[in-house]
Amino acid sequence: MNKPEYRRFDTLVIGAGGGGLRAALQLARAEANVAVVSKVFPTRSHTVAAQGGINAALGNVRPDNWHWHMYDTVKGSDYLGDQDAIEYMCRSAAHLVYELEHAGVPFSRLENGKIYQRPFGGQSMNFGGEQAARTCAAADRTGHAMLHTLYQQNIRAKTHFFDEYFAIDLLRDEEGFILGAVVLDIETGEPLVIEAKTTLIATGGAGQLFRTNTNAHINTGDGLAMALRAGLPLQDMEFFQFHPTGIAGKGMLITEGARGEGGYLVNKDGERFMERYAPHAKDLASRDVVSRAIATEVREGRGCGPNGDYVLLKLDHLGEEVLKKRLPGILDLIRTFLHIDPAKEPVPVFPTAHYTMGGIPTNRHGQVVAPVEQGEEVIPGLYAAGECACVSVHGANRLGGNSLLDIVVFGRAAGNHIIEYLRENRYHRPLPPDAVDRPLARLARWDRKGEGESVAGLRAELQATMEEYCGVFRTQSVLDEGVAKILELERRLDDVRLQDHSRIFNTARIEALELENLVALAVATVVSAQARTESRGAHSRIDYPERDDVHWLKHTLFFREDRRLEYKPVTLKPLSVESFPPKERVY
Amino acid sequence: MASMRFRIYRYNPETDTGPRMQDFVLEDVQPGMMLRDALLRLKEQDETLTFRHSCGEGVCGSDAMNINGTNGLACITPLAGLKEPVEIRPVPKLPVIRDLVVDMDEFYHHYRSVKPYLIVHDPEPEVEFLQSPQEREKLDGLYECILCGCCTTFCPSFWWNPGKFRGPAALLQACRFLVDSRDQATAERLEDLEGPYRLFRCHTIMNCVNVCPKGLNPTAAINTIKRLMVKDMI
Repeated sequence: MNKPEYRRFDTLVIGAGGGGLRAALQLARAEANVAVVSKVFPTRSHTVAAQGGINAALGNVRPDNWHWHMYDTVKGSDYLGDQDAIEYMCRSAAHLVYELEHAGVPFSRLENGKIYQRPFGGQSMNFGGEQAARTCAAADRTGHAMLHTLYQQNIRAKTHFFDEYFAIDLLRDEEGFILGAVVLDIETGEPLVIEAKTTLIATGGAGQLFRTNTNAHINTGDGLAMALRAGLPLQDMEFFQFHPTGIAGKGMLITEGARGEGGYLVNKDGERFMERYAPHAKDLASRDVVSRAIATEVREGRGCGPNGDYVLLKLDHLGEEVLKKRLPGILDLIRTFLHIDPAKEPVPVFPTAHYTMGGIPTNRHGQVVAPVEQGEEVIPGLYAAGECACVSVHGANRLGGNSLLDIVVFGRAAGNHIIEYLRENRYHRPLPPDAVDRPLARLARWDRKGEGESVAGLRAELQATMEEYCGVFRTQSVLDEGVAKILELERRLDDVRLQDHSRIFNTARIEALELENLVALAVATVVSAQARTESRGAHSRIDYPERDDVHWLKHTLFFREDRRLEYKPVTLKPLSVESFPPKERVY
Repeated sequence: MASMRFRIYRYNPETDTGPRMQDFVLEDVQPGMMLRDALLRLKEQDETLTFRHSCGEGVCGSDAMNINGTNGLACITPLAGLKEPVEIRPVPKLPVIRDLVVDMDEFYHHYRSVKPYLIVHDPEPEVEFLQSPQEREKLDGLYECILCGCCTTFCPSFWWNPGKFRGPAALLQACRFLVDSRDQATAERLEDLEGPYRLFRCHTIMNCVNVCPKGLNPTAAINTIKRLMVKDMI
């Protein structure tokens, strides 16, 4: 390995999905010197796959206001969401959506020329009343439309992109300031040191923890694992969302918008079973509720198909025209992967790993925070936004349509705060000479030659283990076993060897680095889940079926060192309105 | 289907003096498998086999390659129906970095050069710009492009005029903004495409239409631009 090259920027953004690009745009417009590092070309980031839409109380279709959106989000989070951040997000939503529209997002339109909005799960008018229609959509390709638009506006703003560079580790000095990162140029295989006054982690989620997932191959939680290795905690990792309608056995996502447009679920008896689980909201209950309902139907023998291992999503009654106009991508996807026509036949679906609610703890300015003796402190120079962050606006369960909102709201907020920070911190702090040693050692570890386990083999085992021991329903004994198995896999990671030691575009080496990240996150997830003896949102314990606000209305913080757990209180006080106190959650 | 044969283009600049074709056999091929699934399993056999891929469902545009002589995305190409041995090469004409990975800089350069972003000169309203469903419909078939490069790298005019002809993908983007009722840079966009090469090297060979994995029609988009130019001149 050659001695690495050094580059200097005001801000390093790691990740070029919607969060990273929205932040970069804010910074570039403020004439900050920004480098965006992404392991794939920006429009290949996983935001591109988001389908259904982005929530904002525009009231274009039915009456709406941000306060109702806030209520739904707090309830959807099973009261684990921080109400200051949720108020901030829901209040900003309309402005952010208009901004996206002005930037060029090709939203679908209503007859009067306004942005089309569809109903989505967990939405209500009047604090729990009738179904709202709050999700702004560009057909069923909203993420694609947003990501491309944000990339395009960054081209216009002349943002500096490092495409196909993989982030290895953060750089930190003695006083705890984050000073950039060591990254790997995938094409040349050479490391590069990027010094930055501020660093924003926007690397997305870790859906590859599970075998069947809706996520892209790249969703390996690289930023979360970097935070852990920098000694920072991860928050609420036990809360992993299973999307109710993944294509059974394969995992590709079928948007909640399919039910928003009028689709519904049936079991083998043709029964519309959601009526039993959520008499009011039915198929548009929160995702955790619908996923549990499907899993329960299957477990109790009412699943469909020869093995009774899925339920059916009925769309045929909507008619070919609605499907073509509102759900064209879904129509394509189902025809391509299932060779069936959803305009004629129902679609086999089953809950599928989808979204990382947990992540790097931040405040609503995107600043990364860590606990100190009294309260918490900001990690100077470090920010996080989007799925890798935990603000927390999603708490124990995210509402559909809130993730595209989260990334633009907090990407922009982080950008704005970074601009302030740069004003007060005009100069680069000196980089300790040994700061790059640890990241380079991480890279060098994969030069070890000889026989050993394969990356692909260990990853497959990890994913199968997570699925079996940390899935939709959990119990103490299953989780205890899961922790033991994951720790064993962590030990075996040391025996993994690469066969390919070349430099140029070595994807095997990237996958090895990604596997290290996944293993670290699997440990964080099962250990956090093992400790939480209640059911809340996506964390469902058969042995502790009730939510326990007396003991567990608090966020988990997992530290890598000794796998230590700490807890911090949920912020129940919003910014300006009355708090929504926890109450029974029914849909 | 029990097993399937593949011939795959290999080139590692660190160890190879030139490209070669390598034969692979994949056992236990399951019904419904896509080409990407097969490549991932072949990579388990030989981890040096290198290709880009990510979403696995045809929306990220990473895994464009030349499959039995035609361009396509591996993740949405079913193995069933592919003639054996399945011959896989990088997409044509772009420099090969390694195996199936090509250097797409030139492709991206053409994309950036058509100003692929909405340009509005008027002050922005405090709400959305209004756009009728009919105006919005004009973007269908244009905005869905995933920048995979299947079309441009399969276009003979692009092969013969590299660096000059923008290529179908970039021109599709140009059209997407030209027909957007909100955009206010029509004249400047059309002016940018004047001259014998940038737009007019399209000879309607229609390879782009045949290979687009999203079913888009860049040739029609190019014709739309030509019509707008004529209208602009009059």
